[in-house]
Amino acid sequence: MSFEPKITAFVCNWCTYTGADLAGTSRLQMASNVRIIRLPCTGRIDPLFLLKAFERGADGIIVSGCHPADCHYNAGNYHARRRFAIFRELLDFVGLDPARITFSWVSASEGNKWREVVNDTVERVRALGPFTAYRELTPPAAGLGGVR
Amino acid sequence: MNELRDLARRLLGDGTVKAVVGYEEGPRGVRPVFVTRPEDADQLIFDPRAVQNLVTFLNPRRPHVKRLGKLAVVVKACDARAAAGLLRESQLRRDEVVLIGVRCGGVVQSPEGPATLNEETVAPRCGTCAQRVPTLADHVVGPELPAPPVQSSEDEMMARLDGRPHAERWDFWMAELERCVRCNACREVCPLCFCERCVQDKSEPQWIESSPHVRGNLAWHLTRALHLAGRCSTCGECTRACPAGIPLNLLNRQAARTVAARFGYVVGDDPGVAAPVGTFRQDDAEEFIR
Repeated sequence: MSFEPKITAFVCNWCTYTGADLAGTSRLQMASNVRIIRLPCTGRIDPLFLLKAFERGADGIIVSGCHPADCHYNAGNYHARRRFAIFRELLDFVGLDPARITFSWVSASEGNKWREVVNDTVERVRALGPFTAYRELTPPAAGLGGVR
Repeated sequence: MNELRDLARRLLGDGTVKAVVGYEEGPRGVRPVFVTRPEDADQLIFDPRAVQNLVTFLNPRRPHVKRLGKLAVVVKACDARAAAGLLRESQLRRDEVVLIGVRCGGVVQSPEGPATLNEETVAPRCGTCAQRVPTLADHVVGPELPAPPVQSSEDEMMARLDGRPHAERWDFWMAELERCVRCNACREVCPLCFCERCVQDKSEPQWIESSPHVRGNLAWHLTRALHLAGRCSTCGECTRACPAGIPLNLLNRQAARTVAARFGYVVGDDPGVAAPVGTFRQDDAEEFIR
């Protein structure tokens, strides 16, 4: 059986979620590997969310929100941009290939761009293969007693 | 040395401070000391074994220290940067502390060993030190000292890691982080880890697994490095305090490298300069975002 990557997408409520919704209502065909988690703003996306997604079996991640100057809260995406610029290079430093994570700005009217972001990410992560390196970190007891 | 002792005697004698936090000779090398009486000022010493960052006693997580009253703290330039961090983040008022700056010629790796500085004994972080006299200090004492000998600086260690492919870097770090026993010495010794409730201690939801296992260890140390980005004074105390010998300062240096390259910010001892995380510029580089 061919490998189907699991992608977790952390998106902001105002732009990318609405853009993804537009892609859906427009009946755009795209890869079905993405699970979307909607947050108020990219500024609300703690980098720990990304680590937790990898811990729970994600092979790739999308982080997406409003374009610069478009943030519903004026500055959330600017703060997120600085935070993820640092975090991304930190992950790179410890050997986590940043190609597993896509950062993008997708506005509410960019249903087509969302499709491209999704399809490109799925194909890129498919080529990288399952993220076994992270899964191998799982403690032996994990998964028992409801502890995931 | 006499300059330091005379100053401490004067500050305690005229009631400027209740205690001077400095270094003394202990049974196992140099250790921190709180001198509260002027006649005890001769206990104070400063030599290359004075590796500890005493600014950690000013951390607001230590209210019992604050209750002593106003303190004078002996600071090297790297320690003064940590004090600047506390001032910058409103965790300390400038009139709450007297900073006694010491001219530094580099420190050794261990306070327990000999005080001789040479290429074998020098702390790796001293090899990249750009500031050996604190400018934030109220007083600066001690003789001018030559620059520390350099053998293998942390920058070289990082360059070696940079040259390796992702998988090798991953294996290197997982082997290092696997040894972490989550004793939290890195957090406790850090002058800038001052959250009243650390994200690592939160269990509902538990974002960072608390058992000593490599998966939670990775999440913890990445989070700590991220939270210290643009703040860490690179005093290297986390690395020194680590009983497992994990080179934690490299993670902090990596964050510092990004912050310097992208935001043109280097942690200094001027509390008036805003830290780069928590602010932004509209034209920040975003080549990694599509």
